Amino acid sequence: MASVGAPALALENITVTFVARDSNDTRYTAVKDATLVVAPGEFVSVVGPTGCGKSTLLNVAVGLLEPSAGSVKVFGEPLDGLNRQAGYLFQTEALMPWRTGLDNVTAGLEFRGVPREEAVRRAQDWLARVGLAGHGHRYPHQLSGGMRRRVALAQTLILDPQIILMDEPFSALDIQTRQLMENELLELWSADRKSVVFITHDIEEAISLSDRVVVLSAGPETHPIGEFTIDLPRPRDVAEIRLTPRFIELHTKIWHAMKDEVLKGYARTRIQ
Amino acid sequence: MREPASSSGLWARARPQHGNLYIWQILMLVAFFVMWHVLTVPGILPPFYFEDASKAAFFFGEPLKVFARIWEWFSTGDIYPHLWVTLWETILAFVIGTVSGLVIGLWLALNPIASALCDPYIKALNAMPRVILAPIFSVWFGLDIASKVALGVTLVFFIVFFNVYQGVREVSPTVLANARILGASRNQLLRHVYVPSAMSWVFASLHNSVGLAFVGAVVGEYLGSSRGVGYLILQAEGTFDINTVFAGILVLTAFALVLDFMVTLTEKRLMVWQPRQGETERL
Repeated sequence: MASVGAPALALENITVTFVARDSNDTRYTAVKDATLVVAPGEFVSVVGPTGCGKSTLLNVAVGLLEPSAGSVKVFGEPLDGLNRQAGYLFQTEALMPWRTGLDNVTAGLEFRGVPREEAVRRAQDWLARVGLAGHGHRYPHQLSGGMRRRVALAQTLILDPQIILMDEPFSALDIQTRQLMENELLELWSADRKSVVFITHDIEEAISLSDRVVVLSAGPETHPIGEFTIDLPRPRDVAEIRLTPRFIELHTKIWHAMKDEVLKGYARTRIQ
Repeated sequence: MREPASSSGLWARARPQHGNLYIWQILMLVAFFVMWHVLTVPGILPPFYFEDASKAAFFFGEPLKVFARIWEWFSTGDIYPHLWVTLWETILAFVIGTVSGLVIGLWLALNPIASALCDPYIKALNAMPRVILAPIFSVWFGLDIASKVALGVTLVFFIVFFNVYQGVREVSPTVLANARILGASRNQLLRHVYVPSAMSWVFASLHNSVGLAFVGAVVGEYLGSSRGVGYLILQAEGTFDINTVFAGILVLTAFALVLDFMVTLTEKRLMVWQPRQGETERL
């Protein structure tokens, strides 16, 4: 299936224009001519000012949204419909509230027709890996925000996706829980390197996790305006690496690239 | 709230609060019947509204005679055939109305074009005073239970239908997208996302619909039948036997409460995933 050497995910010259349903005159171009290529096993973070269409780009990558122009290729193959190679971690709650934690983790396997016993066995294993052994019988509303994130992570990773798309997955968590989750994510990722596209508005989070950071311009008509290779050594501890001089140097560079765009985005939201 | 310091310690403990609500509720019921008794039984109070002391009892009945009637019904077993007919009509109307509301609600909610097409007619059918259909149903389905079930179904169907419709539309788009990305097919989405999400709305409506199924059965019987509690009430009214009318009303009320309680039990079993107010169990 995969042609050798093809990038895991290639978004080429993507433009996304939304048209209001009731009138064709009201248009909004969220993303314009955006290109993003992710190599197999690469961890790429995408940062950009608030409201710049980061999620739109991710929705295109997973196939929830069809781009108005441009092409999406997954391991060299053009994407048709949903991206079956990708797992998606949503920014907001996406667990099924009527299923227990365990049943949420087994959901994907169940949809694929894996026998219940095997699905449960694998789900228990994944719950243990994300630190939730023994909590599988709880319903989402009985879990804390951090625990629900872990369930969602297990729910996505149990399907062994080749590409993991994450839309500000930890933005709703407090800073300590967040750093714990970031470290755990790095650990899970380094055990079995998959391609990751990690959307965030937090430059520190982006640098400490990634191999590469892509900076987007302010919306509308968002497009990448800068790329930074993060040459920090791995394995990393996200709390400690923030104190190294190289980290601060990278942070300064990326912040300079982003600053004008943040101000632009801010001005735009103020006018509206 | 704190009690003012002047109130006595006894009242502070006995006043209605969470521990003793049941006792107070029973006291209210007893007080109601005592008042009814005192105001209606001839000779207890001098007549102050009607010119004749026995008129109050004629119009409002006497609770002791009402209870005597209920006791007689259940001890001789006279009421059972009537009660079974009414309950059977209610249950049939409830089940048929709920299932058809569920199926058609799901179908229309998932077919935007069909739902847009039918929209004005559904609104019209819902706005129509459907009790007026009872005589027509008597003509169509005869005087036996079918016409009563049909009336109950028209009442129940729309409640469940609108709630399912709303429930499907309120499905969180994120949960839906997540299930799709996890690989759910259309049927699996229906079974694992739409139906469970709609069920919480349906259960909220079942309390209303079980009551309306009962209304359908009794009104149907009242308009023309040869069996059922509604028929008993109609017969008693024909002979101005107001005590029997009230006895029938009390029996119906008690059974409506029982049905409602059964719905609550089912709801508690099936809806464990819903957070209840005040539930703070977390880890």
